[in-house]
Amino acid sequence: MTAIVNVYLKEGVLDPQGKAAHHALDSLGFDGVSDVRIGKQVVIELDTDDKEKAQAEVKEMCETLLANTVIEDYDIEIKA
Amino acid sequence: MKVAVLRFPGTNCEFDTQYAFEKLGHSVDLVWHEDKNLPADIDLVVVPGGFSYGDYLRSGSIARFSPVMKAVTAYANDGGKVLGICNGFQILTEAGLLPGALKRNNNLHFISKHQTLRVENVDNAFLNQCEKGEVLNIPIAHADGNYYIDDEGLKELEANNQVLLRYCDKDGNDTVVNGSVTSIAGVCNRDKNVFGLMPHPERALEDILGSVDGVKMLKGFEA
Repeated sequence: MTAIVNVYLKEGVLDPQGKAAHHALDSLGFDGVSDVRIGKQVVIELDTDDKEKAQAEVKEMCETLLANTVIEDYDIEIKA
Repeated sequence: MKVAVLRFPGTNCEFDTQYAFEKLGHSVDLVWHEDKNLPADIDLVVVPGGFSYGDYLRSGSIARFSPVMKAVTAYANDGGKVLGICNGFQILTEAGLLPGALKRNNNLHFISKHQTLRVENVDNAFLNQCEKGEVLNIPIAHADGNYYIDDEGLKELEANNQVLLRYCDKDGNDTVVNGSVTSIAGVCNRDKNVFGLMPHPERALEDILGSVDGVKMLKGFEA
């Protein structure tokens, strides 16, 4: 199975990279952009076929290493 | 005083740090990240600056799981004194030994320059040779020094005198350097035995380098 993890700064924590990209989009004339947030994606290949087990395992990976929960949130998508 | 200075792959301030403490008359052991134990009878652990593990994932996030950090955590929990400088500060926040986190500078630049800092609290084992409100001149060199802590955490830091240093102008007024919450440049833990700061006191020990203000900072640990 493949786990796709998205990690991004929490709502309310200023994202300087997102802000810079937002400013650049404005300068390029893209109207109607109200917010830009930049995060990272981690793609993990797992040996298991058990979706629940995979979900639990990846959650632990996020809490331990992949995200710093002081400043970051994450979401997990498990694909067969 | 006997000082242990840690080395991770990518650390680059370990020799400056060793030089600094030896210049002040102390003995220094460099400790490799794979070591499971710290040297016996040490008085201080320093986690020096650099780019441990290439700053991959987040600055300090990989180094904090190295074998030596288990020993450092046990040492700190036992009341031992630990100082993290720059990448060392990032490692200590990642390890949960210090509150908060360090984000990318708000201007997205690597900032390398001399910076004035205001001493906020001196009732601790680090800044006891300084005076409250004193302005120090210490170099900074970082891309991820934008200190973040939530409002509740900040209140706690203030209430327990855990804010050590703030970025300021030459007259001592708060200044925005990297976007840190309330211009914080350094903090300590609640028990005041673990210290972290982004500026580099070990680079400010000789007039030829532009400042000697780092001397009184590092000398604090002698008391």
